[in-house]
Amino acid sequence: MTTFIARRLLLLPLVAFGVTLLIFALLQFLSPAERAALFVTDPRQLTQIDSIIRKYGLDQPVHIQYWTWLKKIVRGDLGWSQTARMPTGRAIATFFPATLELTIYIFVPLILIGVWMGTRAAVHKDRFLDHFSRFFAISLRGLPSFVWGLIVLMIFYGWLNWFPPGRLSLDAELFVASPEFHRYTRLMTVDALLNGQFWIFLDALRHLAGPVLTLILVEMALLVRITRSSMLEVLRQDYVRTARAKGLDEPVVINRHARRNALIPVITLTSLLFVGLLGGVVLAETIFNYPGIGKWGAEAAVQLDIPGATGFAMFFAFLVVLGNLTADVLYAAIDPRIRLQ
Amino acid sequence: MSVLRGTLTRTAPIQAVTVVAAALVLLVVVGLLLPPVRTQLTRHPFDVGAFLVVATVITAFWVFPTDLSKRMKRNPLSVTGFTIIALFVVVAALAPVLAPPKEGTRDPYLIPHEGFLPDPTPPRAGHPFGTTGNQYDIYYGIIWGTRTAFRVALVVVAVSMAIGLILGSLAGYYGRRLDEVLMRITDIFLAFPGLVLAVVVTAVLGKGLDKVMIAIAVVGWPTYARLLRGDILSVKQRDFVDAARAAGAGDLRIIFRHVIPNAIYPFLVVAAFDMGVIVLVAAALSFLGLGAEIGYADWGQLINMSRSWILGVPGNPFIYWYTVIFPGTVIFLFVLGWNLLGDAFRDILDPRLRGSS
Repeated sequence: MTTFIARRLLLLPLVAFGVTLLIFALLQFLSPAERAALFVTDPRQLTQIDSIIRKYGLDQPVHIQYWTWLKKIVRGDLGWSQTARMPTGRAIATFFPATLELTIYIFVPLILIGVWMGTRAAVHKDRFLDHFSRFFAISLRGLPSFVWGLIVLMIFYGWLNWFPPGRLSLDAELFVASPEFHRYTRLMTVDALLNGQFWIFLDALRHLAGPVLTLILVEMALLVRITRSSMLEVLRQDYVRTARAKGLDEPVVINRHARRNALIPVITLTSLLFVGLLGGVVLAETIFNYPGIGKWGAEAAVQLDIPGATGFAMFFAFLVVLGNLTADVLYAAIDPRIRLQ
Repeated sequence: MSVLRGTLTRTAPIQAVTVVAAALVLLVVVGLLLPPVRTQLTRHPFDVGAFLVVATVITAFWVFPTDLSKRMKRNPLSVTGFTIIALFVVVAALAPVLAPPKEGTRDPYLIPHEGFLPDPTPPRAGHPFGTTGNQYDIYYGIIWGTRTAFRVALVVVAVSMAIGLILGSLAGYYGRRLDEVLMRITDIFLAFPGLVLAVVVTAVLGKGLDKVMIAIAVVGWPTYARLLRGDILSVKQRDFVDAARAAGAGDLRIIFRHVIPNAIYPFLVVAAFDMGVIVLVAAALSFLGLGAEIGYADWGQLINMSRSWILGVPGNPFIYWYTVIFPGTVIFLFVLGWNLLGDAFRDILDPRLRGSS
C-alpha cells in the first residue's frame, strides 16, 4: 500500500512539471511584444515595449525564458490578472472557496442519489425504475449543460424567482461584508451557520441551487448507468447466491454484500465525474453569475487576460491530478488486487 | 413494456422508416421539377450534387443487407440515432436550398439580419424560428450551423485520430522507453479538464472557429493515442503477429496490415461518440464568446446571443423562449444522434463492451 501511494506521489511532480511545460509552450504562440504587453498596466508604457522585452528577458533563448518563468511560478508569482484586478495567485485564493462550496454541494448529492438510483435500477432490472433510469440516461447524454442551465435560469429565476443568480442577495452581502460577520472557512453556508445567521445560510443555499441543479442532472446519467451495470455484474457472483442461500435478508445482501463490491468501478468513475464537473462549473458559474474560479477563468480567457487564464488552467490541472490521486488511493485501499500489482 | 419493445424490434417500423425515407427522397426529386425550386437547385449545383451522393450512400447502406445494417436495424435506438444523423447530413448538404442566402452575399455562413432592432422577434412567416438579438434569423443560423457543426466535428475527429493513430501505434508497438515518454505526455494533456484546456488554448491563439478546432484537437488526441496503444499492446502478443514476423513482414507492414485493423474498432466507436462531444465543446466555447465571429452561423453562437434575452420581461418570463429552445434542441439532437450511433457501433463492432452503458 505504502509503495503504491509513494509511486503515485512520485509521478506528481513529473506531471506538474509537464503541465508548466505545456502552458509555457502555449505562451510561445504569442510574440515577444504580446508577451511583454502582459506586463503593461498603463497604456503609456507601450512606447517602452522594447525595453520591457529586454527587462524581462523575452528575447532570450527559449530554455532560459522557461527557467525564469518557472522560477516565478514556483515562487507563486503567476502575474497580474487584468480581469480580477489582483495578482493571479490571490485571485485563485479569492475565488476558489466559492467553487469548492459549489462542487461539494453538487458532488455529495450526486454520488448519493446516483448510486442509489443505479442500485435500484439493477435490483429492479427490466422493470419500471430500470426503464425510467435508462430513458433518463439516454436523453440526458445529449443535453448541453449550458442550454440546460439557461432553461433552469429561465424557469427558476425568471418565472418562479426561487433560485436567483449570484452568490448572495444584496442585504445578505451587506451583512457578510460588515465586521459582525466572521469568515471562518470562506464557505458561505458553513460560515453563516457558524455565525448563527440562519437566514444567510438559506440565502446562500438558494443561490447555490441553480448551478447545482444544472450540473447534477447532466452528470447523474453516467453514474446511474455505471452503478447499474457494475451492480448487475456483482449480483451474478456466487457469493451473492451464497448469501441469499444462507437466508440473509435481501436488503442485507444488496447493501452489504453486493453494493460494496459494485462500488469499486464507481470510484474510478468518480474521478472522471470530478474532472467533468470542473469543466462544467466554468459554464454553470458563467450562466448563474456565480463568483467562482470558473467564471473568472472564462472571463479571463475571453478578455485575453493571459496570466489569469493560464493560472486558472494550471490550478484546475492541479485539482484534477489531486482528484485522480485520491481516487487511486481509495481504489487501492478498497481493492487488494490493485495494491498487489 | 416488453410488448412495446417486442413490436419495436420487429421489422414493421423498420420498413416504415425505409418507406418514409424513400418518400422523402421521392419528394425531393419531384420538388426538383417545380420551377421555383428548380431555379434554386440550378443555382447550387454542387450542393445538390452532394445531397444526391449523400442520399444515395445513406439509402444504399440502409437497403443493402450488410451485417452492419442488419444488426443496426434490430435495435430501435440505433435506428433513431441513424435517422437523426441522416437527417442532419441531408440538411447540411441542402443548406443553400433550405435557407437560400441573400443575393450577392460575401459569405453565406454569415446570418442575414434585417435592421438592428435589439429585441428578438417571435416566429412568423419568413422567419420560421423567429429572430434573435439584433434580428439574426434563427432558422438560417440553424441550417447553416449544421454545416459548421459537421465541419468542426469532422476536422477535429480526423486530426485527433491521425495524431492518436501515429503516436498510439508507435507507443503500443515499440513499447518500452518511447511508450513511457508518450504516455507521460498524454498524462499531461489529460491532467486538464477538456473544456478548461480548450478555453486556454483558444485564448492564447485568439478567437475564431479555426482556433476552436485546433483547441479541441489538442484536447482530444490523447484519448485516441491511449486507446489505440492499449489495444495494440494486447493485439501484438497474439500469435498471428508472430506468424507475420516469421513470414518476414517488416514493422510497418505488421502495424498497418495486422495490428491496426485488429485494434481499430474501439477507435471508431470512440470517434462516433466524439463527433457529438466535439460539437458540444465547440458550442460551449462559442457560448463563452471564444468561438466564431459575431453573426457566423454556429449553434453555440445562437445560444450565446440568446443569453441576454433569457429572462424575458417582467410578467412574461418566457416571451423569448424561441431564442434558446430552437438552437438548444438542435444541439441536443445532434449529440444524442451521435451517442445512439456510437452505442450501435459499439454493440456491433465490439461485443466485449456490450451492455456497459
